[in-house]
Amino acid sequence: MTQELSVGFLPLVDACLPIIAQEMGFAEEEGLNLTFMRDVSWATVLDRLLYGHSDVAHMLAPLAIATTLGRGRPAQPLAAPFVLGLNGNAITFSNELADKVAHDCDGELCDPKGLGARLRDEALARKAAGKPLRFGVVHRYSSHNYMLRYWLAACGMHPDDDVEIITVAPPFTADALAAGEVDGTCVGEPWNSVAVDRGVGRIVLATAQIWRRGVEKVLAMRESVLDERRESIEALIRAMRRAGEHFVNPANWEGHANLLARPEYLASDPKLILAAISDELILSQDSEPVHFKDFMFQYREAANFPWISQAQWLYTQMVRWDGFDYDPADAEKAGRVFRPDVYRSALRGQDSPLPGASSKVEGAVKSPLGVGAEQGDLVMAFDAFFDGKTFDPEQLEAYLASQT
Amino acid sequence: MRIAIIDESASRASIIEEGLSQLPDCQISVITGRHGLLARIAEIDPEIVLMDLGNPSRDVLEEYFAVSRALSRPIAMFVDQSDDDAIASSIDAGVSSYVVDGLSANRIRPIMEMAVRRFNAFSRLQSDLDAANSKLTERANVDKAKRILMNTKGITEPEAYAELRRKAMSSSKRIADIAEALITAHELMKD
Repeated sequence: MTQELSVGFLPLVDACLPIIAQEMGFAEEEGLNLTFMRDVSWATVLDRLLYGHSDVAHMLAPLAIATTLGRGRPAQPLAAPFVLGLNGNAITFSNELADKVAHDCDGELCDPKGLGARLRDEALARKAAGKPLRFGVVHRYSSHNYMLRYWLAACGMHPDDDVEIITVAPPFTADALAAGEVDGTCVGEPWNSVAVDRGVGRIVLATAQIWRRGVEKVLAMRESVLDERRESIEALIRAMRRAGEHFVNPANWEGHANLLARPEYLASDPKLILAAISDELILSQDSEPVHFKDFMFQYREAANFPWISQAQWLYTQMVRWDGFDYDPADAEKAGRVFRPDVYRSALRGQDSPLPGASSKVEGAVKSPLGVGAEQGDLVMAFDAFFDGKTFDPEQLEAYLASQT
Repeated sequence: MRIAIIDESASRASIIEEGLSQLPDCQISVITGRHGLLARIAEIDPEIVLMDLGNPSRDVLEEYFAVSRALSRPIAMFVDQSDDDAIASSIDAGVSSYVVDGLSANRIRPIMEMAVRRFNAFSRLQSDLDAANSKLTERANVDKAKRILMNTKGITEPEAYAELRRKAMSSSKRIADIAEALITAHELMKD
C-alpha cells in the first residue's frame, strides 16, 4: 500500500530533492506519495512540523538543532537523517557597497580574503560615522547567518559590534536592498538572482567560498515521527538519493528548472532557477553568466550523509554567537540531531557509498582523498574553510576557545 | 491589555479586531504593512501579539523577540507552554501568538479563543467566496460553450444546453466540465 508523507518547505531551490522524488516517480517506486505544504517563514514550517500538519520538512540545519536544544522556544527533539544539500547560498551587496569594495573583482566572484579586507575598512568607517553597515540574513538559526559571521569575524569585523545583522524574509531581500534597508544579504537561490535581475544588487561571494562543503538544509522531523514512520522515512531517503542522481545530470537541468518554477513549488522564473542548478551565476545585471563549480552540492561525495561533525560545527557557532556557555551535554545533543544510523540503514545494499565513520575533521581535505567506506568507493574533494582552519569534533572546546 | 494584530490581510485583521473589541479591557492595534514593523511593535509595547501563519515577517518578529532589549519583558511564544491543545488549535486556525512572559493564563485564554474563532470564521468566509467565484466561472464557461455549439452547429440556445447536458449524463461528468473541455478543444482547433 502506498504510504503518504506530507513535506513542509520554503520556496527555495534547495527544496528540490523531495519535489523531484515525487514528480519523477522515485517516491512512487518506493511506495510513497508525497504531498507538499509551502510556507513563507521558517517559523511556520517549524510550527507545522511540531504540531503534525507536516510529517517531515525542508529545514535550516541550525534551526533543527536550536529546536532540539530549546533555543527561543520549548525544546522539542528533532531528527535529521538526510542532508538536502551543501551550500547554494550567496552574498549579495547593494550596488553602492559593491562599487566601493567589490569594484576590482573583474566580473568574477570576489576573493573572500581581499573582499573582506576592503569591507573591513568600509565597515569601520561606517561605524565611526554612526551608520554601521547592515546585513540581512534569512534566519537567526541559519547557515547563512553563521557563514556570514564566520567570514566577517575572520576578516577582523565583529558581526555584532562593527556591523549590524538583521533577519529579512527571503522574498523581501531584493526589496530591502532596493530600499537601502540593508547593504548586503546572505540568502539562498533564487533570491540573489532576483536581486541581480532587478538591478538592485550584485553577487560578490558564494557561501561555498567561505566553506567549500558547508552543510545547508536538512530533512527534519520529530523524533517520534521517525520512530513511528521509520520504514516510510527510509523509503524517502532512498527516493531522494535517486532524485539527487537525476538532479545533477545536466540532461535534466532544464526540465528541473521548469518543474521547480511551477506555481505550487517555487513560483519563480525558470531561467533564474536554471542558473543556480547549472552553477552558472549572473553576478550583475545584464552581465554574462560566470561558472562556479559546485555552487549547489546535492549528490556527490555522499553529500546527503548527515555527519555528526557538521551538526557539532553548527553547535560551536551557536555558542559563539548566542553568547552562552559551552555545555558538553548540549554539544552531544546537537550532534545527535543528525542521524547517520538512519541514513545507513536506509541505503545499505543500495548503490550509494556509505562512509565508514560518522564524524570527520571538517575542512581538512586539501586534495581528493579516498576515505574509508563500509559500502562503495568514496572520494572526498577539497572541503576547506577560506581561512584554512579546521574543525576537529574531538577538540570542540579548543576550537571554541580559538574563535573569539 | 495591549494587543497587536499583525496581518497582511486588512479585512481579516478587522474581523479579528471587531471580535476582540467585544472583550473587556482590550486595547487593540492593527499592523498590516511590512515597513516599520519592529518600530511599531516597540511603540505599541504589546502584551499579546497575534500574527497570521502566512506572514513572511514571522521570522523577523521572532528574531526581534529573541534579541531585543527594547521590550521590558521577554515575550514567550504561545499561551502556556504546557497547553498543547490550545496551541494546536491556533496553528490549525492559522494564527500564531506571542505573549509576555508571566501573563496569567486566565487573561490570555479568552483572547486566544476569540482569535481562533475569528480566524476560522474568516477561512469559512474565504472558502465560501472561492466557491461562489468558481460557480461564476463555471456559469460563464457553460454560456461560452453554448455559443460555440450554436455557432458551429447552427442550433438554438436550449438545444445547445440540451446537448451539453446529454453528453454530461452519458459520460457521468458535470456540465461545467463538459463545457470546459469543449472550450479547450475549440481553442485548440482554432490554432
